Amino acid sequence: MLRILPTLTLAWLLCTSSLTFAGEPANPGTIRLATTTSTENSGLLRYLLPDFEAQSGYQVHVIAVGTGKALRMGQDGDVDLVLVHAPQAEQNFVQAGYGIDRQGVMYNDFVIVGPTADPAAVHAANSALAALARIASAKAPFVSRGDDSGTHKKELALWKQADIEPADSWYREAGQGMGKVLQIAGEMDAYTLTDRGTWLALQDKSPLQLLSEGDPQLFNPYGIIAVNPERYPDINYKGARALIGWITSPQGQSRIGDFRVGDNRLFTPSATAPPMAEKNIK
Amino acid sequence: MDSLSQAFLNSLLLLFSGNSEIWEIIGISFRVSTLAILVATPPALLTAFLLTYGRFPGRRLLISIFSTLLSIPAVVVGLTLYVVLSRQGPLGDWKLLFTQTAMVLGQIALCFPILVAMGHSALQASDRRVWETARTLGASRPRALFTLFREVRFGLFAALLAAYGRIIAEVGASMMLGGNILHYTRNIPTAIALETSKGEFAEGIALGLVLLVLVFSLNGLLHYLQGKGRWT
Repeated sequence: MLRILPTLTLAWLLCTSSLTFAGEPANPGTIRLATTTSTENSGLLRYLLPDFEAQSGYQVHVIAVGTGKALRMGQDGDVDLVLVHAPQAEQNFVQAGYGIDRQGVMYNDFVIVGPTADPAAVHAANSALAALARIASAKAPFVSRGDDSGTHKKELALWKQADIEPADSWYREAGQGMGKVLQIAGEMDAYTLTDRGTWLALQDKSPLQLLSEGDPQLFNPYGIIAVNPERYPDINYKGARALIGWITSPQGQSRIGDFRVGDNRLFTPSATAPPMAEKNIK
Repeated sequence: MDSLSQAFLNSLLLLFSGNSEIWEIIGISFRVSTLAILVATPPALLTAFLLTYGRFPGRRLLISIFSTLLSIPAVVVGLTLYVVLSRQGPLGDWKLLFTQTAMVLGQIALCFPILVAMGHSALQASDRRVWETARTLGASRPRALFTLFREVRFGLFAALLAAYGRIIAEVGASMMLGGNILHYTRNIPTAIALETSKGEFAEGIALGLVLLVLVFSLNGLLHYLQGKGRWT
């Protein structure tokens, strides 16, 4: 029995030492992209990235979290670039020197969905703010992301603009991703604000209905930002540049425009479009 | 939404139609958890031995600490290691966050207390004279340790299986430390969490089934070992 002890020890040492290499942490061939649940849950990245990977030879590691956390990961240097949707937060991120080379990539818009019965008569509201006001005055249940994501930031900004303090028992903070929040709202017969991409991807499985859309307030632009290599010299800035270049190239943009779930186009490419065109979405 | 039975049927189809993505996820789960248990077991059992047979101040305190750590939530382990491994953390230069290594480290931290605590109770039940006799008969320390471990092997196996069952089904730490990256750090539990959030219940159930079958077999084995090799 004892004779195998050296073998066992050696095997254990091998296992332990493999830990240091298993991660290939400094692999220059991998790009770490922190992004939002909306790009991942809708299936967009799984549709786009294989093309980029095949052409560039890079491998993209996608970490899907809320926009707030994604930006935090960029700030901490835990990822190489971020793809998020919160213009104000993105601007702050760049101004603080955490990120550089911000580019607009695409947009979709937010919509308000709710139960078919529509107890707050949201479908009759003529703007997003009016819709929220109706929900608040009817005290109809509303599920908030509550996770500091881009959608959550947008929702809070809308409440603020509508001058409503959503703090009553009809307002529930889920602290989860968009897909999960749509499910929760569906189970609770509640209203929620969602990006159109995730909604289109999930609408067949949801008992909810689209009730308010088209308000220019609900415009939802996505930006891509490289983490500042001056803060983290060993970050994969080259890879980040390559991905930014590809996703904003005519080819990457047309792929985004081609992406469909069912018959619906989820995202509209905007990197090459004149900035004014971004404002006129329906 | 599909009915439950339909989702269940679809899940079986997915599993047995050779859906390579699902099997890749299963493979990652096994690789990470197996590596974690292999690395954790020797030092953990040695610790258990020292806690049982050693006599040093603070021994009882250590035993209590390990028993307490048994119930530490996986997310707390995940968060702690996240802060340590993040570029801003003390080990940030190693760039381990969002790698399989980070997941292995998280799972080691989770299974270590189980191995120590259960190993400790197994050794406590052992006869002290085994160690003493072996030593008296001139066995070296490693040799005597081997004899002792052999004596309580059922209890040690039980500890191993319980630890493995815990880490392979664990979602909190893997999600935080691995980042749920496709083809790389997406394992069974984080994939279930993702598929559920996407409303893809069939895939969630398929992966859940694999876990269930696995944990069930582990538990069956555990009971068998606790009965010291009898099925009844």
